Amino acid sequence: MMESDHGKRGHLKVYLGYAAGVGKTYQMLTDAHELKRKGVDIVIGYLEPHGRKDILVQAEGLELIPRRKVAYRESVFEEMDLEAVLRRKPEVCLVDEFPHTDVPGSGHTKRWEDVVDLLDAGIDVLTTMNIQHLESLNDQIWNMTGVRVRETIPDWVVKQANEVVMVDLTPRALLNRLERGVVYPPAIARRALQNFFKESTLVALRELALRQTAYEVESRHVTPLDTTWGEAAPAESEPGNVEASGPTNERILVHMTEHPSTAMLIRRGKRVADYLRGECFAVYVHRESDFSSLRVPQREAIEKHLNFARNLHIETRVLEGTDIAGTLIDFARLYHVTQIFIARPQYSRWQGFPGRNLVHRIVRKAGDMQVTVVAERRREKPM
Amino acid sequence: MASDRLPADLDTQPSPDQLLRQLGTQEVQLRHERLKVFLGYASGVGKSFRMLDEGRRRHARGQDVVIGALQPDLPPELERLVETLEVIPPRKVQGGESMNVEAILRRRPRVCLVDGLAYDNPPGSKNAKRWQDVEELINAGIVVITSLNLQHIEERRAVVEKITGKRVTQTVPERFLYAASEIVIVDVPPELLLERAGQPSATDPTLANTMDRLSELREIALLLTAEVVDKQLEDYLLAHGIERRWGVQERILVCLAPGCDAQPMLASGKRNADRFHGELFAAYVRHPGLSEEEETRLKKQLEDARQVNAHVEVLDGDEPVEALMGLARAHSITQIFVGRSRREHWWDRFWGGPIDRLIRAAEGIDVRVFPH
Repeated sequence: MMESDHGKRGHLKVYLGYAAGVGKTYQMLTDAHELKRKGVDIVIGYLEPHGRKDILVQAEGLELIPRRKVAYRESVFEEMDLEAVLRRKPEVCLVDEFPHTDVPGSGHTKRWEDVVDLLDAGIDVLTTMNIQHLESLNDQIWNMTGVRVRETIPDWVVKQANEVVMVDLTPRALLNRLERGVVYPPAIARRALQNFFKESTLVALRELALRQTAYEVESRHVTPLDTTWGEAAPAESEPGNVEASGPTNERILVHMTEHPSTAMLIRRGKRVADYLRGECFAVYVHRESDFSSLRVPQREAIEKHLNFARNLHIETRVLEGTDIAGTLIDFARLYHVTQIFIARPQYSRWQGFPGRNLVHRIVRKAGDMQVTVVAERRREKPM
Repeated sequence: MASDRLPADLDTQPSPDQLLRQLGTQEVQLRHERLKVFLGYASGVGKSFRMLDEGRRRHARGQDVVIGALQPDLPPELERLVETLEVIPPRKVQGGESMNVEAILRRRPRVCLVDGLAYDNPPGSKNAKRWQDVEELINAGIVVITSLNLQHIEERRAVVEKITGKRVTQTVPERFLYAASEIVIVDVPPELLLERAGQPSATDPTLANTMDRLSELREIALLLTAEVVDKQLEDYLLAHGIERRWGVQERILVCLAPGCDAQPMLASGKRNADRFHGELFAAYVRHPGLSEEEETRLKKQLEDARQVNAHVEVLDGDEPVEALMGLARAHSITQIFVGRSRREHWWDRFWGGPIDRLIRAAEGIDVRVFPH
């Protein structure tokens, strides 16, 4: 859905790529020159040239707002000077590397928060990012590359962008650039070739970026191509009619625990809900009304997961109940949930009564709902 | 697939089928090195510029580059690029021009740029289509870099015509794209396209409809590129003997059984596949001794599955879970839909029924259990 334009909020454009060196920053700078020629007041708020000559050359002739120096642990880091950009108040500001995490003590924690401030001040922003930094793809990226990307952007932030443009280059051309030393200095290039820059990985990342861009285009401008997109709750669906119709009311309930797989479950639930244009809730069931009986690591894990879900704009609840399956399902009925997402149990080699495990009990009790047992995408073989 | 029982170790041992495909892959790869396509969703996105610019850069790096074909009426910024490169003049035929394939073959450059891949040659030419000329160049060992507009892809023509309302006659078969080693999407927001076309402001409400139509074309072009890329990934993994344990694309497998309510599963499977632009499969593992009523119900399910365009498979196997998992692994399935049975044996409660076993076996795959 297109965001309604309230007031004079700035326009956000994201240049999306699948790896360093595909040409996002270069493309952004090229467009900046085109805008400048047309008389637009444009500045560079932050540029990360990585010492690349072509980028430095391309940045010439554009006004650069000096970076702010931030001291942290006896080192000095440089960040975008948000205040200075706001004072300068250009029409358009370039901000490289959207998913960057700011050094502690520099105001916001995340660069995207700086960008939101610029947009709120009515400044248009051009920014760059790679697909692997999108929160909902974090597990898939880990699975493909073996790298757990730490700097992520919640999907709802990218959704705020008015335009997402794919900056495309073939993996082979990118590898050539890497070998010619265009992208990184040799030592870093060698290391890069070992994880993200393997050809199969690049091809897969590129496919993800293409699909994500198509999704972003579709969610902004296109009425869905299919016509059968409403899934009424099973109880209401007409028997004998495969093309169940009606308004979308997909409601996904994610069951949180203290187990680390919960993060994966939350991402997956949210992504499915987003694609189906439905809603997503996340609940934790606890025996008591507060967490005081929990051990500290357990409590911290729960709180971390609750926060994580909230940051992704998921409504969370803590429910009190001794019977987890029963409590979950009562809640699900009350909120007309259509699908419950639970983690795949950790199977041990020997198992006494499989019927006793939670998955089994939930499946058995959820007489009128769908239960999705979400599997952790393990990395079994390096590619 | 229909009758062969899938071996349990399918995911480690390449099947004869896989080996055959692997051979085919190598054949394709020979051609791979020699064709690069710049794909755009409309005219004006900058395909020709990207193509010529790549030619210029390769030339600057010392490669022997010529221009084999250009589109008429070049804008000035393209003229400047063309001037830096050697142009092989077209051959005049009565009623028009065509790329001079003989002259290019005699000249034998390393790289030949061919603008407008979908161009029809005038009557009396050796080949009716320019893409056939391009095939000759590729077969002679010349690298071809070319540009193509989405609307000229034969298989996409009907959809695109519905969106644009314009009839297109000159087309290239989609398989030609799949044979290309490299496909690059030239992506530009529709606003910029309208601006370049001299439209004063893209925010003009009267242009909203045009914007939506362009966006639809853009989405189709992005997804088509993703499909080609997915195929390339599959080829690469096959050629290197790597088993794909995950899917970039969502692939849903609906398990059919006469005792289940298949319709909600198929409806939901279809919608999920549409939404994620993924693929839908439906499978039934043959079970002896079905009653007449069960046979009828099953027939209906298979019929319904075909109705929603699922790839339908009927499997044989004493162990249904094993057969289904074999299929799931072979097609990089990401989600399995399974229905609870109408009748459940009392011992399932203690020893775990087929659904429990499926969940246990489906490592790395989501299992969605539907009510009956």
